[in-house]
Amino acid sequence: MVDRSSPPSRPPLSTASLTLRLTGIAVVVAALAGAFAYVNGTFDPQRLTPKKLINVLETNNGVHPGFRRNHSKGVCVIGHFESSGEARSYSTAQVFNEARTPVVGRFALPAGNPYAPDSAVPIRSLALRFTQANGQQWRTGMNSMPVFPVATPEAFYQLQQAQSPLPATGKPDPGAVPAFFAAHPEAAPFLAWIKTAKPSASYVTETYNSVNAFYLVNAAGKRQAVRWSMAPVAQDAPGATAPEGSDFLEKDLVERIAAGPLRWQLNLILANPGDPVNDASKAWPVGRKVLNAGTLVLESTQPQLSGECRDINYDPLVLPAGIEGSDDPLLAARSAGYANSYLRRTSEVSQLPAAKQEAQQ
Amino acid sequence: MSTQPNHFAPLARLLHWLMALMIIAMLFIGAGMVASVSERHEWLINLHKPLGVAILLLVIVRLVVRFSTTQPSLPADLPGWQVLAAKASHALLYVLMLVLPLLGWAMISASGEPVMLSSSLQLPSIVSANAQLFAFLRKAHGYLAYLLFLTVLLHLAAALFHGWVRRDEVLDSMLRGKDHP
Repeated sequence: MVDRSSPPSRPPLSTASLTLRLTGIAVVVAALAGAFAYVNGTFDPQRLTPKKLINVLETNNGVHPGFRRNHSKGVCVIGHFESSGEARSYSTAQVFNEARTPVVGRFALPAGNPYAPDSAVPIRSLALRFTQANGQQWRTGMNSMPVFPVATPEAFYQLQQAQSPLPATGKPDPGAVPAFFAAHPEAAPFLAWIKTAKPSASYVTETYNSVNAFYLVNAAGKRQAVRWSMAPVAQDAPGATAPEGSDFLEKDLVERIAAGPLRWQLNLILANPGDPVNDASKAWPVGRKVLNAGTLVLESTQPQLSGECRDINYDPLVLPAGIEGSDDPLLAARSAGYANSYLRRTSEVSQLPAAKQEAQQ
Repeated sequence: MSTQPNHFAPLARLLHWLMALMIIAMLFIGAGMVASVSERHEWLINLHKPLGVAILLLVIVRLVVRFSTTQPSLPADLPGWQVLAAKASHALLYVLMLVLPLLGWAMISASGEPVMLSSSLQLPSIVSANAQLFAFLRKAHGYLAYLLFLTVLLHLAAALFHGWVRRDEVLDSMLRGKDHP
């Protein structure tokens, strides 16, 4: 039994022993700190991180404080989803089972500059947040293109780099994007589509596609790979060419929605065995079974800088029970990249032009 | 025979080593997930949330155990500044163990996302959705996690210093349950 009132006798350590023991402590601490630095990527400057992904968007588009780093120009929409019940046997998600689920959405221009003219790109996007009665949410970001240009986040990053301004000229290398596509044959379906695509005059006439694949999971635990699309219902045919001016999309939407609710049909496209589930650059062959899961009804708009959609991160992996992400590597990268963009812009809310104006009113 | 035990209570030792593993795992999971765009990002986030709540529950149990058991005293010959450092770093460890999971929970709440621990297990939001509050909480969560990692390193270095250099009973009091000659 040690007598605690007086410390046990400890012969002093020799200088060599003391040095060795202190070195031992330093080695243990350094090993743990080094493992941490390895995990957070300090030793791997080549690793693609969420930060790099968003930095390249800022390099290409400039920094617009408070705005999304991509799809920066848009407008909020409010409405609801009416389930048809047709997807009920494929998914336990409440959104497919309840009659009505409230929705906050956002139409946008897939560009990183909030002041870009609406004709800058021939693509439009629609993001939606469904809030189920049980509190779970389904968030989805869809685009009017049928396939994504590339299959991996690394290739997406390289495509952005190819569009970065060169330090010498302040302009992108005109040969860089063609060289990128020459080295990426997987972009062929996208390039074939974009050749015929024209900037639409309206958000309302477009069909919006999930592009990435997901799984529906039913009560028995059976998983069915799907992609989805929102197809306009009884709206005039697409094809109208974009009018003059740079801000026609929001005006058009506000006018149309003032005349009455706008509707889209949610189509769930069921994959056949063997269809590529992890590659958003590849279309699925036509003739796949399609479920009409219900109708999206949009009833009003709000400006994006004061509307409900402003503070929503449309992370495609915020999913309710009954819908799961696939192993498409773009999904995880979108989730990670959006989180980084979201932190940057939520840190800058006070710098938003409309926030300043409204604070004064 | 003194009333002061030589060792930490068995439950205190179990909680210490269990939480040591969980917290180090948690710090590595956090560092890895924010630096990754691969499927690992999603996989790690899905671990991070339930593990964080488990740590929150355990630290509450641990605080109860801490205040209801007697701790071995520090060696009588320990220099005053080391006594102060020991007490301050332990207080900081407890505060960070408690605050970090709460910050994580609050920041998800402030983002307006449902706080999901699995595909269907949902916790209530503890603050209402607010973008600026989210940004503040998210940054605090990150910076304080780095502070926790540094404090854990200091704690580890100090424990080894007691065991290998001072050769007193401090490291032993957390390693062993039985007195030994």
